[in-house]
Amino acid sequence: MVFWRVPFDSEEIQITTGIVYIIEDRCKGCGYCIEYCPRDVLEFSSKFNTKGYHPPAVKKPDDCVNCHYCEILCPEFAIYSVEASTEQG
Amino acid sequence: MKQIKKQVRHPLDDLLRIDRIPHIWCPGCGIGTAFSSCLIAMRESGIDLEKTVMVSGIGCSGRGAGYVNLDSYHTTHGRAIPFATGMKLANPELNVVVFSGDGDLFAIGGNHFIHAARRNVDLTVVCVNNFTYGMTGGQVAATTPLKAKTTTTPVGNPDTPFNLPLLAYASGATYVARWTILHTRDLTESIEEALLNRGFSFIEVLSPCPVNYGRRNKENGIDSLKIYQERTIIRNDAQPWELDIDFDRGIVLGKFIQTERPTCTDRYDNTCRPKELIEGEKGLE
Repeated sequence: MVFWRVPFDSEEIQITTGIVYIIEDRCKGCGYCIEYCPRDVLEFSSKFNTKGYHPPAVKKPDDCVNCHYCEILCPEFAIYSVEASTEQG
Repeated sequence: MKQIKKQVRHPLDDLLRIDRIPHIWCPGCGIGTAFSSCLIAMRESGIDLEKTVMVSGIGCSGRGAGYVNLDSYHTTHGRAIPFATGMKLANPELNVVVFSGDGDLFAIGGNHFIHAARRNVDLTVVCVNNFTYGMTGGQVAATTPLKAKTTTTPVGNPDTPFNLPLLAYASGATYVARWTILHTRDLTESIEEALLNRGFSFIEVLSPCPVNYGRRNKENGIDSLKIYQERTIIRNDAQPWELDIDFDRGIVLGKFIQTERPTCTDRYDNTCRPKELIEGEKGLE
């Protein structure tokens, strides 16, 4: 992460990371998750889903901080994120 | 990869009738977001979901009742609140949530709304306001902003829209808030508070309708959300008469009213079923 001034406790604070899951066949391609992702993790994929829309794809998987904003903004129940550490454990 | 595919299950799937998903709402429609906030709030508030009913009327948002995997009721046009009132009176233990649109609740159902608020029936009303009659093709509604173009007002709407929070406040609602679908976290919190609030609670949710409202006013879904981001001001406890929908001046969002007064059931019990009367009847038996 890039800081204009490194916080004193930056070494102690653990930044959570998330894994984004996309249920592609539910997506209608509105692009809200792509536009409003605070870390700019998503982009439109070039492929089509079964309904003929372009679902989002994860562009920068390491940048996701598991804020769940895509999950609560998506009108289609088509995207959600899970904390990375719980997934591995 | 196989393992990941197995886990693809949205956290809200257990509250949804998955066989009906994907829903009928258009790409970019905000009702889905308002609906998912409502479901998250229902779960987070800790109310007994076995005793929760969702009621909706007719219209795009009226489909909400059909997608929730709880007891739900899809009623006739404009009559969501009367059905909900009846349910609440018959079984006061139920948590009744009315999820419907602006045309249903305020145009055809306007009278029912003001009287339920006057009686202070213990309901939670979530009104998805998309500024138009979306399902029938985008005609002018009671909430269409001044000068907005619709199918029936091709040169612009000459009338001023309803100020819904003022209407709710003036009629006697005990909880009044307004959010947009972009302010999802505040909206969820607000619905949660409204569910736990005793009395008539009203939440207006501004939501884009890119197909039938946006298209005629040269905005797509993302443009509408940008307008909600740039031209809204969050001012909790603002005076209800300052909350007109006017995008040039800015739209005020927030939680405006939270008060307490006796509910419909309380007053009915005090007036028609006072303790001494019930005890007297028991003695006669």
